[in-house]
Amino acid sequence: MEQQAVLTYDGTLEGFLCCVFTAFEEKLKVVNISPPGAQVGQQLFTVPREVITEPQKAKRVWTSLKKKALPAGLRDLKWAFLSEVSGMEMHMFSMIRYILAENMPVDRDFSHPAVLNVAQTAKKVGREKHRMEAFVRFRLTKDEVYFAAIEPDFNVLPLIKSHFKNRYADQKWIIYDLKRNFGIAWDLYVVNYITLDLDPAIGISGAPEAYFHSSEIAFQKLWDQYFTSTNIKSRANQKLHVQHLPKRYWKYLTEKNFQK
Amino acid sequence: MDYERIKEKLSILADAAKYDVSCSSSGSKRKNTTKGLGDSSGMGICHSYTEDGRCVSLLKILLTNHCIFDCAYCVTRKSNDIKRAAFKVQEVVDLTIHFYRRNYIEGLFLSSGIFKDADYTMERLIRVAKKLRLEENFNGYIHLKSIPGASDELMREAGLYADRLSVNIEIPTKSGLKLLAPDKNHEDFIKPMEKVKNEIIQYKQESRLIKSTPKYAPAGQSTQMIIGASGESDRDIMYSANFFYKKYNMKRVYYSGYVPVAEDPRLPALNSQVPLLRENRLYQTDWLLRFYGFDIRELLNEQNLNLDLEVDPKLSWALRNRHLFPVNINRVEKQLLLRIPGIGLKSVNKILQARKFRKLNWEHLKNIGIAMNRAKHFITCDSQEFEVKEPSSEYLKNVILKTSSSKFRKEIGTQLSLF
Repeated sequence: MEQQAVLTYDGTLEGFLCCVFTAFEEKLKVVNISPPGAQVGQQLFTVPREVITEPQKAKRVWTSLKKKALPAGLRDLKWAFLSEVSGMEMHMFSMIRYILAENMPVDRDFSHPAVLNVAQTAKKVGREKHRMEAFVRFRLTKDEVYFAAIEPDFNVLPLIKSHFKNRYADQKWIIYDLKRNFGIAWDLYVVNYITLDLDPAIGISGAPEAYFHSSEIAFQKLWDQYFTSTNIKSRANQKLHVQHLPKRYWKYLTEKNFQK
Repeated sequence: MDYERIKEKLSILADAAKYDVSCSSSGSKRKNTTKGLGDSSGMGICHSYTEDGRCVSLLKILLTNHCIFDCAYCVTRKSNDIKRAAFKVQEVVDLTIHFYRRNYIEGLFLSSGIFKDADYTMERLIRVAKKLRLEENFNGYIHLKSIPGASDELMREAGLYADRLSVNIEIPTKSGLKLLAPDKNHEDFIKPMEKVKNEIIQYKQESRLIKSTPKYAPAGQSTQMIIGASGESDRDIMYSANFFYKKYNMKRVYYSGYVPVAEDPRLPALNSQVPLLRENRLYQTDWLLRFYGFDIRELLNEQNLNLDLEVDPKLSWALRNRHLFPVNINRVEKQLLLRIPGIGLKSVNKILQARKFRKLNWEHLKNIGIAMNRAKHFITCDSQEFEVKEPSSEYLKNVILKTSSSKFRKEIGTQLSLF
């Protein structure tokens, strides 16, 4: 009987690709792939096994994928991975197996369940990316850095980096992911990944005087005024409002948290 | 900066600008190549949504709400007794920059009441845009209003700094305009539109030869019509929209349900409902024209002066053209695929991709995300089960209405009772 394998990896995309490599090389019947700390149910007849990340192996898998899949399919794989949804690895694994087995590119075959699942998850991640580009609110700190703290559903910082870099080239800024405890920082030359020890008092909105520029609160007031004045009361549509602006994002928005 | 004074002005001049529904911030190609502020080369972003569900992507304000005109439908008309205010050029520049830096907005939408004359007003608007571009190195999105009657020279200059220019036609028929805005004439609206169109054509030709040709209104021009203020039919509205799309290469025509702002015997009463459902149907029709390959005459004509409020215009068209259906989802060409009720652009593309690999059945179609309650009556697929049993269109419509829910259901009830 073929042996069933449960693989664990270091949580990086490279690590995951190494699992794929190992599975192919040793012709394993993989039943689960999971990052460290994930709940792996002890199954009968399975051997949990830690796969060591080796960049060249990951690269080989990616190179062969590149030959068989379209750029959109590769992007979906990368983005779906950033969803950090548990069990996503198996959908990706199944999609990769399908891609590598066929001669023509099948990464757009939405009638294949794994391809559809990966594409739909990537879509969700894309939506979160777009929302972060929209709902991030910078606050000017005392040392003239525009600072924003976020708690995105998915790990989208790597995806929004270039957007903010292109847009705010002439101001220093930091976007910090409180959930995953790392951030991206632009120092006018390059974007760096950073980790900070943040005082919870800084918060996600508001402008505590200990940290923020004296003009910050004034601009928040002006923005709040604008937001109120631009609303048409006779067209009120709370349902549509919440549909576009789900409540879990309100904490970022100056205009939604303003103490009048 | 006197924040309190600015705040008061903002409340007056944002309030007065909000009836302009244009909100788009996409379609420009202004890249941040000089390490300045802002970049508008990507897609548009809605940074917030007001409680009426409309998006906030631009700082949309009037430079002033002083106006020499007395258009009945407009809140800033001369005879209206309201607070008046005016921004200084520098104040608008500062607000835009500070809001943009905080990621509140994609850019500026600047309109104005007309003070002194058209050219004087237009010149002020241009001054704001010019300052943002040249002094602040700002590459965000700028949408300027073309003031009706402004000179060709000023329209030329406006396009050098703005991403989009727009003149609101407001009233779709000439007779309506004469009734509601007696001091304005139709030609004054057309003139700047014509100039902008020609400049854009010229820019496109020249930039092919000379790369460094300065950009001219890269996001094109748009216009807006007020719906339900002058008793016009849907056909009147959509035929003039079609005219503006074709003749002036409009990027967008916006439809704004009339919000009563004045007691006037020529207009709907103050407490009348905003025609939200009608507005929605007009936008759907607009989309069918621009993305689904429909000709306006198929949707609205002598027999069909107004759109069916109960069902969407595509379904309404399909119910009138039953002889074309059912179609086989696995074989039919893209043009007809686009015409099936309940299947949108995204689903069409997914179907086209997926059917290369295998014949699609109901399960596949459901997973792709098409609106089965409408679509199933018009298609066949890789399955023995058929929904198409050739009932009358009237009967079919009732079946679909019964099996679907619409956010407008409540309004359909009340609006229909008017007929």
